[in-house]
Amino acid sequence: MKYVDEFRDPARARILVEEIHRLVARIPAARGRPLQIMEVCGGHTHTIFRYGIQQMLPEEVEYVHGPGCPVCVLPMGRVDDCVALAERPEVIFSTFGDAVRVPGSRKSLLKAKAEGADVRIVYAPLDALALARRHPDREVIFFGLGFETTMPSTAMALIQARKAGIGNFSLFCNHITIIPTIKAMLDSPDLQLDGFLGPGHVSTVIGTRPYDFIARDYRRPITVAGFEPLDVLQSTYMVLKQLADRRCEVENQYARVVRRDGNGPALAAIAEVFELREFFEWRGLGSIDQSGVRLRAAYAAYDAERKFAVANISIADPKSCQCGEVLKGIIKPHQCKVFGTACTPETPLGSLMVSSEGACAAHYSYARRTGSPTVPA
Amino acid sequence: MPLHDTHINLAHGSGGKAMRALIEELFVDTFGHVQPEDSAVLPLAALASRGDRLAFTTDSYVVDPLFFPGADIGALAVAGTVNDLAVSGACPLALSCGMVLEEGLEIDTLRRVAASMRDMADRAGVSIVTGDTKVVERGAADRLFINTAGIGVVPDGIALSAGNARPGDQVIVSGTVGDHGVAILIARNQLALEAEVASDCQPLNGLVGTMLRSCPAIRCLRDATRGGVATVLNEFAAASGAGILIRERDLPLREPVRGACEILGLDPLYLANEGKLLAVVPADAAGSLLEMMRSDPAGADAAVIGEVTREPAGMVVMKTIFGGERIVDMLTGDQLPRIC
Repeated sequence: MKYVDEFRDPARARILVEEIHRLVARIPAARGRPLQIMEVCGGHTHTIFRYGIQQMLPEEVEYVHGPGCPVCVLPMGRVDDCVALAERPEVIFSTFGDAVRVPGSRKSLLKAKAEGADVRIVYAPLDALALARRHPDREVIFFGLGFETTMPSTAMALIQARKAGIGNFSLFCNHITIIPTIKAMLDSPDLQLDGFLGPGHVSTVIGTRPYDFIARDYRRPITVAGFEPLDVLQSTYMVLKQLADRRCEVENQYARVVRRDGNGPALAAIAEVFELREFFEWRGLGSIDQSGVRLRAAYAAYDAERKFAVANISIADPKSCQCGEVLKGIIKPHQCKVFGTACTPETPLGSLMVSSEGACAAHYSYARRTGSPTVPA
Repeated sequence: MPLHDTHINLAHGSGGKAMRALIEELFVDTFGHVQPEDSAVLPLAALASRGDRLAFTTDSYVVDPLFFPGADIGALAVAGTVNDLAVSGACPLALSCGMVLEEGLEIDTLRRVAASMRDMADRAGVSIVTGDTKVVERGAADRLFINTAGIGVVPDGIALSAGNARPGDQVIVSGTVGDHGVAILIARNQLALEAEVASDCQPLNGLVGTMLRSCPAIRCLRDATRGGVATVLNEFAAASGAGILIRERDLPLREPVRGACEILGLDPLYLANEGKLLAVVPADAAGSLLEMMRSDPAGADAAVIGEVTREPAGMVVMKTIFGGERIVDMLTGDQLPRIC
């Protein structure tokens, strides 16, 4: 497949891996403890596991799987709110696929669907709007979640709904914003990250300028990375090169789609529809100031939280669950007390076990064994 | 009484003249070999001449939509049961056909499905010998459900089992993977994707016959339907207490299927197939067997994709195109499209 195979070439990968080995030998910090590079985005976590990239790197380099899986950081109380909305008889509750299995305190959306709730998987917010047009007698709620990547398409659906005067469509808004999240990680006292792989898709929207403070104020290198395995390897090389050269800059490996100032029309659509919330609750990380968005007053009629009574009760994660420590990179997925025992993809306790982008699910599915396959001679 | 109605109504399931007309015209005439008694009666001697054990299987078909590129529910209902018999090492002989019809179903639709069943039965060399029809009220079923059961005879000396894989054995897939799964996704029209992908629905008994004649020592054989190649390989690994290592670059995959999987974030290893099998074979027989398979149109794209290993026992590992390694696990539920 043209335009994809170029980014999966094993010969180029070998060259990069060799370069990385040479580079790591030059980084003084690498002698004491492993260098920790956080990939902020769940898409990168997926690539790292799917292609087995961690094992290709020297032991001195470790990926820390960040909070960038929107499904994973959704607090249980919000899932309960989803279920309550979905269980209203007049409601068609539309959602992206991987959100349906996330456990709430009582049940997941998948279970609610089996019990009679009208839950439908859509591929885009505009599909949800089409549902509202097709079912004028029902209330169609779209479960909006994700970072700036998915915000513009949600915004478009709302702009179109308002323009067309569609009254039976609303948004349950759980969109979150990336910069305050990265800042919260950097401010966390137990964190010892050496550098970042910047989120590629988010950056197509917001550009690279908003990351300047990471290099300037926190003295950490960041490279905005694409999602193919060579992208991830090359970006890792670029972060390590900065460390070796004692530089802290915002670099852009994903220049084929990411611009310094982002995507103007997408940013305009976001600004038209959304405003910052004072704070938003994150699973495992707690409340982070100005990390979520809600609908502006002009769109109040399309806000499911205002249209229906949403309980918005915060529910503590199960005590045994260490999702927060995994999210912050303090422990690795398999070091969690319940990993692979009480918490598996079949019966997830924590949300990191649910989505295929969740660090624990990815670790469980792709990497839980040790040792290499042995074939008799 | 000839069949004049255009849609199925409750009278077609009542046991009276309307039902009789439906069964006579649509099923007995079309299928050609239905015996007009309460049971089909099969002479034992004819069976015994083909082998020493009877294989017996059943499967129900509820696919939506009923028609899709490359096949339809009728073709699927025949090929699916034929293939379950074939990969047990059996020569499929006779099928039953149970239909559950929803009130309001167009009779022309049913006619097309029945004709398609006959065509597929002829391709596979089996007869539909007995059947049953029920009609349920609108809403109690989704248009048309079909159950088929089948019997076949296992020749002497054939002993296939998922637990037979031994370290060093080679793993063969009989052709491109994921075609059926992607064809159905596209036919459901939820994706606004346009790609020319047809279901791979086909009978495999001819291919299996060729394979077993060429190599009676084949260890494991299974068709990779729901859950795809990954699920079958995991079943082999678990039942045999061995590991399986496959190589991503050797996996036969059509470009449009690969493209659809890329866009949707789906893994072709878990997509359904309706005319592909996986075989575990002794290493020394793999080369000649592969050649033999490729000479059969049903196995034209067959490939060796990996081998059985000692460790990690019970697990399937894939060497990725990129040079890394990852576990290929059983799926927890359906594959769900990712957010972004």
